[in-house]
Amino acid sequence: MGTGDLALQYLLSGITKGSIYAVVAIGFNLIYSATGVLNLAQGEFIMLGGMVAVTLAHYVPLPVAVAGAVLVVTLVGCLLEWSLFRRLPNHSVLHLIIVTIGVSIVIQEASLHIWDEKVRSLPYFTGNEVSSIHLLGAAISPQVLWVLGTITVAVVALHGFLKYTLTGRAMRACSANPEAAMLAGINIRNMRTLSFGLSAGLGALAGCVISPITMTHYEMGAPLAIKGFAAAILGGLGNPMGAVAGGLLVGVLEAVSVSRMPAAYNDVAAFVVLLLVLFVRPHGIFGLPSGQAVREH
Amino acid sequence: MKRLSTGIWADKGGIRSSVEDEGGTIAGRLRGLVPVIGFAMAVPLLHLVLRVAGTEYCLTQLTMAAYYAIVVTGLGLLMGYAGQVSLGHGAFFALGGYTTAVLTTHDFSKWKAATGWLQEAHIMVARQDLYGNQLVTVTPWAAFFAAMAVAMIAGCLIGYPALRLRGHYLAMATLGFGLIVAKLLVGSNLTGAADGLNGVPEWILMPGLVVSGKVPVRVQNYYLACGLLLVVLVLLRNTVQSRVGRALKSIHDGEKAANSMGINTAAYKLKVFLLSAALAAAAGVFFTHYTAGIGPSEAGALKSLRYVALAAAGGMSNLWGVAIVSLALNYFSLRGWFGTYDNAVFGALLILIISLAPAGPLQPAAAWLRRRGWWRNAQSSHHGTP
Amino acid sequence: MALLETETLRKSFGGLLAVDGVSFKVEVGQITSLIGPNGAGKTTLFNLVTGLLPPDRGTVRFKDQSVTGWKPHQIARAGMSRTFQNPSLFGRMNVLENVMVGRHCCSDSGFWGCALRLPSQKREEQRIRAASLEELDFVGLAYLASFPASALTFGQRRMVELARALATEPEMLLLDEPASGLNTSEKRELGDLIIRVRKRGVTILLVEHDMSMVMGLSDSVVVLHNGAKIAEGTPVEIQNDEKVVRVYLGGEVENVAAG
Repeated sequence: MGTGDLALQYLLSGITKGSIYAVVAIGFNLIYSATGVLNLAQGEFIMLGGMVAVTLAHYVPLPVAVAGAVLVVTLVGCLLEWSLFRRLPNHSVLHLIIVTIGVSIVIQEASLHIWDEKVRSLPYFTGNEVSSIHLLGAAISPQVLWVLGTITVAVVALHGFLKYTLTGRAMRACSANPEAAMLAGINIRNMRTLSFGLSAGLGALAGCVISPITMTHYEMGAPLAIKGFAAAILGGLGNPMGAVAGGLLVGVLEAVSVSRMPAAYNDVAAFVVLLLVLFVRPHGIFGLPSGQAVREH
Repeated sequence: MKRLSTGIWADKGGIRSSVEDEGGTIAGRLRGLVPVIGFAMAVPLLHLVLRVAGTEYCLTQLTMAAYYAIVVTGLGLLMGYAGQVSLGHGAFFALGGYTTAVLTTHDFSKWKAATGWLQEAHIMVARQDLYGNQLVTVTPWAAFFAAMAVAMIAGCLIGYPALRLRGHYLAMATLGFGLIVAKLLVGSNLTGAADGLNGVPEWILMPGLVVSGKVPVRVQNYYLACGLLLVVLVLLRNTVQSRVGRALKSIHDGEKAANSMGINTAAYKLKVFLLSAALAAAAGVFFTHYTAGIGPSEAGALKSLRYVALAAAGGMSNLWGVAIVSLALNYFSLRGWFGTYDNAVFGALLILIISLAPAGPLQPAAAWLRRRGWWRNAQSSHHGTP
Repeated sequence: MALLETETLRKSFGGLLAVDGVSFKVEVGQITSLIGPNGAGKTTLFNLVTGLLPPDRGTVRFKDQSVTGWKPHQIARAGMSRTFQNPSLFGRMNVLENVMVGRHCCSDSGFWGCALRLPSQKREEQRIRAASLEELDFVGLAYLASFPASALTFGQRRMVELARALATEPEMLLLDEPASGLNTSEKRELGDLIIRVRKRGVTILLVEHDMSMVMGLSDSVVVLHNGAKIAEGTPVEIQNDEKVVRVYLGGEVENVAAG
C-alpha cells in the first residue's frame, strides 16, 4: 500500500470517528441554543444508546433493537430536562455545567452497575469484521458506510426538521429570542424538553451505528463529550453546520496524530488543539467574533 | 433619601454587627478566633476518641483527607471568592506529587559530572532503595521546590490564556488541561505509566518531624497534616477578609466595575489561580511522601471534578465549611464507606447540592441557627451564593 | 487648564459609527455636562475615556499625558473615577465593603501582607475602613454601612456607588446619568451632593438627560448628536443654540421645556 493509500485510510478512519464527534457537537448545539445549558453528559447518550441496543439485541432483531434504544435514550433525555434542568432556571452557567457533570458521573456509575465494566458491541449491520469494500484503493469496512450513511441522513433530516417544520421553526425561534417566541404562543418548556430528547436520540443512534467499530463501554461517554465539545467550539458554539465541520476536523486530526505519535498520547493532540482554539479563536474557526460574552476586552 | 424602616434592621440582625466583626474590635477578633480554636481542639479530640475506640489506624485516612482538604480549600478560594472555575485542579496536585516522586526515585548517578556538586549542595543525595540498590536522587526538600516551580510554570501556561475566557470556555480549558496532564502521565515511562510511581522516600522536614506513612510516625503525621490545613485556613481567612479578598469578591460580582475601581482584574485572577494551584501542588507533594507513591488516577478528570463537588458541598465561599465537609467526605470515601458507589456519591452530591442549595448545605443550616439566636457568624451573613 | 482632553475620538461597532471624531475639553475644577438624545454616543464616549473600550482612532489626554489605550484600572489609578448608568455594586458585599473596594487604588497590601496580617497591612486596613466610612458619611448613608448591598433601594445604590467612586480619591469624576431613576427629592439631594463634590476640588464630567439639573449645575455643556459634537458652550449659549434646539425638538421636547 502506498503512502497515498495509507493517508486515505487515515482520512477515512478520521472521518468515521469525526462523524460521531459531529453528532455530539450537534447535540451540544441543540441543547445549548434552546436552553443555554452546556450539557457535558452528551457523551453518555452515545454510550447509553449502544448499551441499550446491545441488551435489546438479545431479544429482538437488530433494527428493532436500535429503534428501541433510540426511543429509550430519547425518553431519558426528556426526563433529564423535565426532572432536573427545568427546575434550575436561575442557576448560573457555572452551576449548570457542574450539574451536567454530576449527571454524567451518575449515568456512568449507574451503567456500571446495570451492565458491568465489560466491553460490548453490536454485531456488524452487514457482513462481519473482516469483510471490506475496496474504494479508491482503501479498504473500508461496510460498517463505516453504515456510520457515515446513517449520520448523514440523520443530520440532513434534523436540518430539514429545524428549517421546514412548524415545530422545528418554533425551536429555532426559542433559541433566537425566547421572549418573543413565548409571546408568539410557543411553549418554551416543551421546546426545551424536545431539544434534550432530540439530542439524546441522535446521540443514541450514533452510539448504535458506531458500536460494532469502537465497541461500547461504560466509560466511553466522557472523552466523547470533551471531543464533541472541542468540535462544537471549533465550529462556533451554536452553529449546527459548523459542528459537522468541527467534528470531522477533530476526527481527522486525531487520526493523523495516532499515526504520528505513540498510542498513549493519542488524545493529547486533540486536547491541545482544543486549548489552542479556545485561546486564539474562542468563537470558532467558522464563527464570527460576535460577542464579548466569550472573552473580556 | 428615606431611611429604611426598622423592620429590615430586625430581619437582618446578624448583619448589623458584621462591620465591626471583621474590624479591629476585641469582640470581633474573638469571634474570628472561634473556628480556629474549635478546629485546634477538635483535632486532638478526634485523636483521643479514635485511641479510646482502639481504631487509631483511622488516622492514616484522616491524614490523607486533610491533604485533599487543602486542595479543596484552595479551590474554594478560586471558585467561591474570585468566581473562576477550574475543572483541572487534580492536575496540579498530580504535577506536585509526580515531580517529587520522579526526582526522589529516579537514579541520577549516570550524570556523574553534575551529581558531585549537587550532592555537596544537598540538592542530591546517595541512598539505597527498597531493594538495596545504590541510587543518587534529589533530596525531598529540593524536590519540593522543583515541584512547586513545575506547578507554577504549568499554572502560568494554562492560567494566563485561560483566565481571559469566561464561563463554559474557562471550564472547558481547565478540563482540557487536566486531561492533557493525565494523558501525559499515563503515557510516559518516566512517570511509571499506568502503575504510577512508588518507593518515594520519607521527607525529613526538620529533625524529629518526618512526612511518612510508617506506623511509628502516624500520630505525628496526623497532627502535621491537620496543622498545615489549619495554617492554610487561617491564611486564606485573613486573605479574604482584606483588601485582596475584597478585590477577589468584586471580580466575581462585576469584573467591569472592579476594573474601573483600579483593580487589575487580570493580574488578580492569575494570582489567585496560581495560589490555589500552589496549594494543590504542595498538598500533592506531602501526600506523595506520606503514601510513598502516586498513581495516575490523581490527575484524572474524576478527581478534579470530585474537588469541585467537595468545594460546592462545603458552600464554596465558606472556607471552614469547605474544609470540614471535604475532610469528612474524603475520609468516608477513603475508608470505603461508599463501596462501589464512590464516584456515584460524588456525582449525586454535585447534582443535589447545586440544584437544591447552591450556597452549600451549611448555609441554610447556619441561617436557621441564626434565626433561633443560637449562633452568630460574621462570615456567612453576607457571602451569598457563589 | 484642561484636565481631560479628547482629540478626534472615533469608535464604530460593525457598521454603526457610535462616536465620530469628537474633540472636547474638561477644565480643572469645573462641572462639564455631556448631553444629547438617546443613542448620541454619550455612554460610548464615557467608555472610551475610562478605558472600557479602546478607540478606533483619536487620543485621550488626562493631566497632560496620553492615556489612550490604557486599561480601566490604570486610568482609575491615574485619578479618574466613574459611576455606571445602572449602579453596579458588588452584591456579595455589604455597603461599607463596597466603598472599601474603592480604596483599592490608594492602598497596596499584597497577598502575603494580607495572608500574614502584617502590622503595616493592619494599619492600612484601618485607614481604608475609616476613609470609607467618611465617604459613606459624605453621601449621608453611613447608617447603612453594614447592610448587604443587594438590600438597598435604587437611589441608595446610586449614592453608595458615588461614595465608592469618591473613595478612590479621584481628581476627576465621571457620572453616567446619575439622576435617572431618582425621584424629585432624591434628584435635589444629588444636585447638592455634586456641588459638594466640586467643592472638594474634584472636576466632574456628567452625562445627564435631566435638563434642569444640567443647566443648573454645569459650567460648560457639550452636545452630541449621532456620535458627533454639534455644540459646546455655557448653559445659556447652549439653550439659545439653534442647532441644539432643532435636534432636541426632533427628539425630546419635554426636556427642553424643563430646561
